[in-house]
Amino acid sequence: MDHISALMNKAADLAQEMHDGKEVVRLSGTLSIACLHDLSDRLDAIAGPVDAIDLSGVDHMDTIGAWVLHRTIKRLDCKITGDRCDAERLIAAVGQLDEPVNIRPDYVPPWERVVGQIGEAVVNSGATLLGLLGFFGSTLVATWNVIRHPGRFRVNAVVQRFEVVGVSALGIIGLMSFLIGIVIAQQGSVQLRQFGMEMLTINLVGRLTFRELGVLMTAIMVAGRSGSAFAAQLGTMKLTEEVDAMRTIGVSPMEALVLPRTLAVVVMMPLLGFYSSIVAIIGGGFLCAVSLDIPPITFVQRLREVVPIHDLWVGLIKAPVFGVIIALAGCFQGMQVKANAEEVGLRTTSAVVQAIFLVIVLDAFFAVFFTWVGWN
Amino acid sequence: MAPEEEISAEEARVEQAVEKDDIAISVRNLKNSFGDQVVHEGLDLDVRKGEILGVVGGSGTGKSVLMRSIIGLQTPEEGEIHVFGESMIGRLDDEALAIRKRWGVLFQGGALFSTLTVAENVEVPIREYYPNIGPQLRDEIAAYKIRMTGLPAEAGPKYPAELSGGMKKRAGLARALALDPDLLFLDEPTAGLDPIGAAAFDDQTRKLQQTLGLTVFLITHDLDTLYSICDRVAVLADRKVTAVGTIDELLATDHPWIQEYFNGPRGRAATAAVAREQDKRR
Repeated sequence: MDHISALMNKAADLAQEMHDGKEVVRLSGTLSIACLHDLSDRLDAIAGPVDAIDLSGVDHMDTIGAWVLHRTIKRLDCKITGDRCDAERLIAAVGQLDEPVNIRPDYVPPWERVVGQIGEAVVNSGATLLGLLGFFGSTLVATWNVIRHPGRFRVNAVVQRFEVVGVSALGIIGLMSFLIGIVIAQQGSVQLRQFGMEMLTINLVGRLTFRELGVLMTAIMVAGRSGSAFAAQLGTMKLTEEVDAMRTIGVSPMEALVLPRTLAVVVMMPLLGFYSSIVAIIGGGFLCAVSLDIPPITFVQRLREVVPIHDLWVGLIKAPVFGVIIALAGCFQGMQVKANAEEVGLRTTSAVVQAIFLVIVLDAFFAVFFTWVGWN
Repeated sequence: MAPEEEISAEEARVEQAVEKDDIAISVRNLKNSFGDQVVHEGLDLDVRKGEILGVVGGSGTGKSVLMRSIIGLQTPEEGEIHVFGESMIGRLDDEALAIRKRWGVLFQGGALFSTLTVAENVEVPIREYYPNIGPQLRDEIAAYKIRMTGLPAEAGPKYPAELSGGMKKRAGLARALALDPDLLFLDEPTAGLDPIGAAAFDDQTRKLQQTLGLTVFLITHDLDTLYSICDRVAVLADRKVTAVGTIDELLATDHPWIQEYFNGPRGRAATAAVAREQDKRR
């Protein structure tokens, strides 16, 4: 340990005494942040009047010690004696900095803050909805432009997205669907057994997966895998000004970035949804064979009888629409990034939340619509 | 040279550095590499107490890696690092705590905690290391540290996202100075600032160094900073410190990179600017 560290271990202390009829506060030790301990409070407790503060016992001082002395001197209006360690210079230096500084943001009463937050949330959701609609519009315009000038269509980018969005997702979506199929069949069979109608488990699995679950679960998975990735990628590109560079060169970011991604999700969603339904049915069939003793042949036979073909159409019609929503939410949120890296994280979260929320809302509308057209 | 002799010479160098009382940082035989790429090999450097040492070098010569090795963010493959006479290599975080309290670091972008206001940022080290300091005094300390680095009084309650680049650096400096350190590390403090802001920041660094008796380890690309505030300059090249000394001493060497650095068009402009400044003072 060198000498400075050794000095630093001496705790600061004070003693109050009368000297020649004058009240003197005698300080000793090291006046540094490490050795102050409760000295500041003890100095504050001195009511005064004090004529002088004696520093002859102080061997070292830092600016924090100097600040504590400065405020005491100001409060008690006294002078310094016995300065050994250049204290007056430091005290003068920190004294110059003694101006009111705002430390905390202005206080806002809780009710005002809550009302403010609600208002802000409403305005934000309205703005997001409008923005999303506008973004949908510009995607349509970009699509029209590409249709008029097919040379500008980026085949490579789209095919590459096909792989990222579709092929790479096969494993996780397959596993998830298989397990969901098992769960539906198992839960359904437990309930239906009470009526002695275990055979209806096949109806349940077949119709539910084709109409709803296959596509819905796929949409949620794609929103989590690809929607979030779109938001993060585009957000980062906005931050590094790649998007601006693209614009200056004359490449439309809508055509180069948003369209390939949207197209990839729109094409991949029905394929993944169909794949998911099939795997879920295999899962259900597996459970039926294992625990209900329904042989696979009977399972498939029964499936063909009870699942109408329009159940498949219901799922396949919904899938691309969900795809549009997922891609738009992801790309839109990504393009909204402006200021900093923190925003990329927030936008990615909103992209996934919005996509899943809108998909489920739309799914409800679809359910009503298909009932209305008679595809029960 | 025989291997034994080499080792003993090595040891002697290390001993010497540890014993010297006026050395704040001593680096001996440092080796750092990433995969196949060797960044430092046999690097020696001494930083004296109370000086501003400028560290320069081309891109990729490992200026930041050197700083990160000294402050313990990067464990070197070989070598000895002593700060205030204490070895820093292989020490657990809490063992080296006494030394950690004695340095402050300003990272390149300021590295402010984005969820805290400027004042709260400054209070973090105080809160962490000295919980016995009451909230009232802590606020006051934060307030004068903020003023000390030249930030306006309104900056206290602002969040980092609301600050300009220069203000972020000043706020980072205020946080680095929160515990009144003896040693200050600055990583390219003037990068990204306009010339007026950069000159003001240099000025502030010099003033603080004089008032507080700081030792400053300053990584920079800014020739004006080197000329105006650095006592000595260390040049990183060829994986080690090729030369250390005042700028005049460096100019006397014949290392091609040093010659090109200080005698290139920018170097000459900075020299001329310093000369003009000195004339004005006379």
